[in-house]
Amino acid sequence: MLSFDIFLQPEIFLLWTSFLKTAVIVGVVLTMVAYSVWAERKVSAFIQDRVGPNRVGWAGLLQPLVDGVKLVLKENFVPSGVNKFFFSLAPALAFVPALLVLAVLPFGSSLFGVPMVIANLNTGILWVFAVSSLGVYGIVLAGWSSNSKYPFLGGIRSSSQMISYEIALGLSVIPIFLITGTLNLGEIVQYQTLHGWMVFPMGMSGFNLQRLLLWIPMLISFLVFLIAMFAETNRLPFDLPEAEQELVGGYHTEYSSMRFAMFFLGEYAAMIAGAGVIVTLFLGGWSLPFVPDGGQGWLWGVVNIATFFAKVAAIIFFFLWIRWTLPRFRFDQLMKLGWYVFFEVALANIFLTAGILLYFRS
Amino acid sequence: MARPVQRPKLSLLERSYLPAIFGGLLITIRHFKDMLFGKTRVTMEYPEHTWNDDLPDWYRGAPTLVKDEHGRERCVACQLCEFICPPRAITIKPGELSKDSKWAKVEKFPEKFEIDMARCIYCGLCQEVCPEQAIFLRKDYSITGETRESLVHDKKKLYELGGVMTGLVHKWDEKK
Repeated sequence: MLSFDIFLQPEIFLLWTSFLKTAVIVGVVLTMVAYSVWAERKVSAFIQDRVGPNRVGWAGLLQPLVDGVKLVLKENFVPSGVNKFFFSLAPALAFVPALLVLAVLPFGSSLFGVPMVIANLNTGILWVFAVSSLGVYGIVLAGWSSNSKYPFLGGIRSSSQMISYEIALGLSVIPIFLITGTLNLGEIVQYQTLHGWMVFPMGMSGFNLQRLLLWIPMLISFLVFLIAMFAETNRLPFDLPEAEQELVGGYHTEYSSMRFAMFFLGEYAAMIAGAGVIVTLFLGGWSLPFVPDGGQGWLWGVVNIATFFAKVAAIIFFFLWIRWTLPRFRFDQLMKLGWYVFFEVALANIFLTAGILLYFRS
Repeated sequence: MARPVQRPKLSLLERSYLPAIFGGLLITIRHFKDMLFGKTRVTMEYPEHTWNDDLPDWYRGAPTLVKDEHGRERCVACQLCEFICPPRAITIKPGELSKDSKWAKVEKFPEKFEIDMARCIYCGLCQEVCPEQAIFLRKDYSITGETRESLVHDKKKLYELGGVMTGLVHKWDEKK
């Protein structure tokens, strides 16, 4: 008889649970990607008084499947004059970073004693920033290797956009680390379960004047981070690199079939990962007031995971809602916004938070 | 002359765009909500609901050939429609009516009459030019086929679509 004890040795246990978690989370997120495309089409249709996909399956729910089949069956066309190596590499480079961000997101408390995070890094948020900004390389390489004007303009826009919002993105979360004293995303969520969500500190234990004062910089942080995240994920009003109207699709103009689908998947995966980061940092991650964590039984663990994904879905709906409301910013307006407004606001916010913390420490 | 436009003076709040963004979000979510709860219904879902019963009499659908109440085919193969057709969709091969036919004095009839519906632009010039009131644009608009050949309507198909038209001028009838 084969003994299963080997699976319970700490290293082996870590190995196979990590693999299992990775497989499940990638599966869940890719499904969510497919259905956020469906949601995008449905929400945009409803906002514009249209019907949206409603033929394949009930309310068009099987539409993502047939879309996928269509994209796989299409001709994978490579135009002459492209740099073939980078042309093939770019879609993967746009897709992979979005999935890598998921590695550090705590998507639940714990299930049967296994922490529901793939890699519990102490430098969690730094990993998020380091990896998610790599997604820009995919776009820039796609624009450059296509050897075509519009994709090239899209690539340039993407890089200029990146240097305008990345600083604000990074600076806006520093107040959180000043308050929690950790970069570990799991510990930030733990802090929020004890002290209330960053943007909603009421209704939790330990509410006092300090929490109330800290609420102000947290709201500013949230606003700046949210807007920077729109730019990071290339969502309207900051979808300059792929501006359909001006750039004919921007960086992915020359792409077809599965390569195009990879950009599409990457964009939506980045959106889900971005929503996950927002939820983790500001909206209490998997926590819900008066709901215990997975230590109290596996059912609560499942509830926590469901809470996390429900919050992510809510943020994604907000992304879609914004997209079908606002027009696109102009190139220079975005840079002005990034450098003149958000950079200063985020910087001042750090000092504000530090001042409040210093006042209450003395 | 250039007319200077007085730009409105925006307050600081207005210049931050936040009230406008918030107002816009309210508008879009109202549309979303109305659609979600079925308050707005503007789309007519095509194959289930059509205008078929309400098409106007002057609707220009597929061109067809008609017979009159005597069962005579009205076309005399003058080929005017063939010549006027802008996309050259019509092909006619005229034939001679036999001497013992009831309508022998008409002399000609179309031996072959084909309209290529892949070319037809539904302009209605064939109907306008016809001196015999033989070709009419009827209300069939959903002409589909799996090959180009199947989209060529032959004489049989054209009479099938056209049917019998009453109330036309009978210029070939015997004088009373």
